Amino acid sequence: MKSGILTIMKKELARFFGDKRTVAGVLLPGVMIYVLYSFMGTAMGSVFGVEEDYVPSIQAVRLPQSIAALADSAGMALTEGEEAGLPAAMDQVAGQELDLLVVFPEDFDQAVADYSVASGEPAPHVEVYYSSVSTASQSAYMAFTGLLDSYESLLANKFDVNAGEGVYDLATAEESTGALFAMLMPMLLMMFLYSGCSAVAPESIAGEKERGTIATMLVTPIRRSDIAVGKILALAVITVLSGASSALGTILSLPNLMGGAAGEMNANIYGVRDYLLLAAVILSTVLLLVTLVALLSAFAKTVKEAQTYAVPLMILVMVLGITGMFGGGASQNLAVYAIPLYNSVQCIVGIFSFSLLGQAVALTAAINGAATLLGVFVLTRMFNSEGIIFGK
Amino acid sequence: MKEILQVQGLTKTFRLSARQQRLERTGEKVRRAVDNLRFSACEGEIFGLLGPNGAGKTTTLRMLSTLIRPDSGDALVDGASVVRQPEQVRSRIGFLTSELKLEECFTPDYLFDFFSDLHGVDRERREKRKEELFVRFGIDRYAQVKAASLSTGMKQKVSLVVSIVHDPDIIIFDEPTNGLDVLTAKVVTDFLQQLRDQGKTIIVSTHIFSLIEKLCDRVGVIINGRMVLCDALDRVTAGESLEDRFFEIYRETVGDGV
Repeated sequence: MKSGILTIMKKELARFFGDKRTVAGVLLPGVMIYVLYSFMGTAMGSVFGVEEDYVPSIQAVRLPQSIAALADSAGMALTEGEEAGLPAAMDQVAGQELDLLVVFPEDFDQAVADYSVASGEPAPHVEVYYSSVSTASQSAYMAFTGLLDSYESLLANKFDVNAGEGVYDLATAEESTGALFAMLMPMLLMMFLYSGCSAVAPESIAGEKERGTIATMLVTPIRRSDIAVGKILALAVITVLSGASSALGTILSLPNLMGGAAGEMNANIYGVRDYLLLAAVILSTVLLLVTLVALLSAFAKTVKEAQTYAVPLMILVMVLGITGMFGGGASQNLAVYAIPLYNSVQCIVGIFSFSLLGQAVALTAAINGAATLLGVFVLTRMFNSEGIIFGK
Repeated sequence: MKEILQVQGLTKTFRLSARQQRLERTGEKVRRAVDNLRFSACEGEIFGLLGPNGAGKTTTLRMLSTLIRPDSGDALVDGASVVRQPEQVRSRIGFLTSELKLEECFTPDYLFDFFSDLHGVDRERREKRKEELFVRFGIDRYAQVKAASLSTGMKQKVSLVVSIVHDPDIIIFDEPTNGLDVLTAKVVTDFLQQLRDQGKTIIVSTHIFSLIEKLCDRVGVIINGRMVLCDALDRVTAGESLEDRFFEIYRETVGDGV
């Protein structure tokens, strides 16, 4: 690499890493995302779920044989209570000493067998008492009413759907996890990368104009193009670090956030090739994003003005990221990958959902790379313009 | 003495924005900041550009330092053209203005190394020159202090030092004592004289008469972008004070609007 570019890169990186607050501001989000998502997952799990081996305490009054057998097969331990003890049992539910109290009508099985919907008479009525403030009680209520609902359906249904022992969802655990990652990651990654760019690029270009330090560099023999390339490469390094921190935090914390809802969900389903392809897409995307923010910053006289100019780009990146959430896989039309940034979103979708089109990453890297080179050329011309540098 | 700088008809025009036109109550859409400027400077000479604010001094120096391109004309710096060979010109000059600032998050030591790298100064020469200049300007005690914590005078000294890390033959200095306290101003003017004695060429722009009288061998009077007089200082003053002589020239050029 040419020494001028390297000198500018070293100075930009020294400026970034020399300021602990900026480093923390750019790299900490990844750690924060991990802690926050994990905490949210744990918190939601403790609110909406109970321990796996927890056995709810359920008391049934006038427990019919049919339901006793069903509950037994579902692994629920029911104790039989007396009708006289109903008020005391209800107090126990309210006091969270008992999870559930179920009261069946007299001769429930016979009453159900004799009942005809056409008669217009009220159906045999089962009362289930629970406490909504207790997670265990609520969980037991859901499980037991689910059991009663399926029994009720069983009595009236003339055919069954998926009632056998077989596995009917033919998607593998990897595919299910992949679909979830593919839905979330394009938008998150694009936003993380953009955030990294917008945190450092305006400061590096508009900040130097605002402080008057860029002109000091422009009177040295270094070529304008070396300044542009050096700055963009250094900013890309910082942005990749920032994006990697946030993406890693997200990937590692998603299983915690989902609380295992997606089965055995983890990022181990992706191989080295997938990560290498992702790295290539991220790198080309970062270079282009940094160049775009740098160009907007070069127009601005102050950092604040640069941040204002970058707002439409932020909205564009968000919209492009959102398009990746829909559509069930990456586009199979190679022409789509000729659209800068949108191609990045499609590649990320393709990598995470295992639906990546051959040559898509190569075309994306080439297109984004070409757009970056064009941007560097324009930035170099801008550094030559007194109107841009001195704001005339 | 060898003519090391030749300015050949430099001209620069700026477009006036609607806001500038309103503020200046003018219908002019463009303003000629520098108009067909011609002068030269020799080795071992301090040349002063004297003129009021807005006369075109800074624009001229920016063209000489290749920060901006002239609309027409050229200037040769030790044979290199500011239009066609700007990088060669930049390697031969040291340019300093109060508008050029330092990154305040860096120390003088880091900044010296950074600008040495940009000028391609090798490590051995850099270290020797750093020690010499830091001691000369009293920066050595603050070499590891971030620029943000330095006094204004010390920052100005660091700016001067980093602009000449490569030991240029021509030093262009826009308003050299602007904003400096008297002690720092004396250090700077003494240093410029020392450089002249070493055979360097110094171009300074200022509106301070005493500075021209103290420092310069030759002076160019620039008014409204045009060089109205350019000669040896003693021939320009012709026995009068520079201030009296300047206003005489100004009245002859502009009228009685002083």
